[in-house]
Amino acid sequence: MRYSALKVFTQGLTGNKGWRPVWRNPDPKPEYDIVIIGGGGHGLSTAYYLAKKHGLKNIAVLEKGYIGGGNVGRNTTIVRANYFLPGNSEFYSHSMKLWEGLSQDLNFNVMLSQRGVISLFHSDGQRDAFVRRGNAMINQGDDAVLLDRDGLQKMLPYLDYDNGRFPIYGGLLHPRGATARHDGVAWGYARGADQRGVDLIQNCEVTGIDIVGGKVTGVQTTRGAIRAKKVGIVVAGRSGQVAEMAGMRLPIESHVLQAFVSEGLKPAIDHVISFGMGHFYISQSDKGGLVFGGDLDFYASYAQRGNLPRKEQVMEAAMTLMPMIGKAKVLRSWGGIMDMTPDGSPIIDKTGTDGLFIDCGWCYGGFKAVPGSGDAFAHLIATGQPHETARGFRLDRFRTGQGIMDEEGTGSQHNLH
Amino acid sequence: MRITCPHCGERDLREFTYRGVALALDRPAPDAGAAAWDDYVHLRDNPAGMTRDLWYHSGGCGAWLVVTRDTISHDVISSELASTARRATK
Repeated sequence: MRYSALKVFTQGLTGNKGWRPVWRNPDPKPEYDIVIIGGGGHGLSTAYYLAKKHGLKNIAVLEKGYIGGGNVGRNTTIVRANYFLPGNSEFYSHSMKLWEGLSQDLNFNVMLSQRGVISLFHSDGQRDAFVRRGNAMINQGDDAVLLDRDGLQKMLPYLDYDNGRFPIYGGLLHPRGATARHDGVAWGYARGADQRGVDLIQNCEVTGIDIVGGKVTGVQTTRGAIRAKKVGIVVAGRSGQVAEMAGMRLPIESHVLQAFVSEGLKPAIDHVISFGMGHFYISQSDKGGLVFGGDLDFYASYAQRGNLPRKEQVMEAAMTLMPMIGKAKVLRSWGGIMDMTPDGSPIIDKTGTDGLFIDCGWCYGGFKAVPGSGDAFAHLIATGQPHETARGFRLDRFRTGQGIMDEEGTGSQHNLH
Repeated sequence: MRITCPHCGERDLREFTYRGVALALDRPAPDAGAAAWDDYVHLRDNPAGMTRDLWYHSGGCGAWLVVTRDTISHDVISSELASTARRATK
């Protein structure tokens, strides 16, 4: 069924009885050409682009839980292309362009809201760095506007500009920066993949990867063995466990990142505001809730919940930046598991096993990469060659030391990003 | 999460700084080769469950600890001084 305004109208007149489930719920077949392990945003978009751009038919996505139940449905929904380093810059630029056409492409409203992302700076040195970053973004073909204190104050009058520790000197505005409806992205890709014949198999946990003579032959799952010519691993925080099934150790440590939502409030915050020095960022959802978060808890964890010290730090940063939100009540908080690489940049690459591919290491920035990562991973699986925007995301860059992409400039070592 | 320091007793998480998995106790020799060093610096078992990692009691006595804990439940099982743990591995 194709969605349209007319459809919504006519369904409304006929009691909304005509809506149908938007994807099938098939049992696994004994064999597929391509099996994607992981039905999150990246896995679904990979399957979608394999079917759509490469015309491949016999594909399954194996999801141990349910579609939309992982990080894709539990993030702070920010989409941006404000990266600095070659390797990252062209990739996120490509992903942003896919985002901008995504609702039309999927015929599913992902509610991309290009409200602008503003990154604050607090010193002359930081301003210089942001000028340079802005120039890199413009060179990449994206947009960046440097705002001085007066310019910023007209847009965001409610910030504490004269804070003793972090006085605000201005901000770098990325006008195309956005938020999106995260569940909608998962559902839209799932529907699009299903319409093109991809089997989305839920409640199907992979328990083993079959390798014969250095070549992948299939997977073992809680719903039986499935043969496959090619297998892609896209499992975010669980990358270590699934890679171990193929005898691999990854340069990844899984950490917990917390996020918070306030009660619904009247519209107050029009942009995404990033207060890097306080490790704090905030936006306001369409429902009115303030959506905000901070840094990692900074210890290895799979708990999907964090500890109190980080919550306190985030609340303190919020009060430092915008004292006006002090009376807002936090409605809920949660934690997600982030697959952290030493340099903070991702991996989309072949493995040492023929036919086995891996897409991981998205750290705390996976949501904005959902379209770009799926496109690049599908390209790699279908053609055996890296996508032109994802050549830098090599698995071996840590071993060789070549092509490390340390966007923050803090060093390529675990626990520094 | 509360961690027991052998010197100071059970203390709040805020007093500790995390370093990472406790493989620093088994540092390869300088001439061990690129693969051994790649293994040591970058590659991780990244277990979902029991792990041993290094914590620095930065807000307390300044001791380095090896803490055994569960990454799924956040239960802290035991802790010992890194110097003691290192002697045990030798």
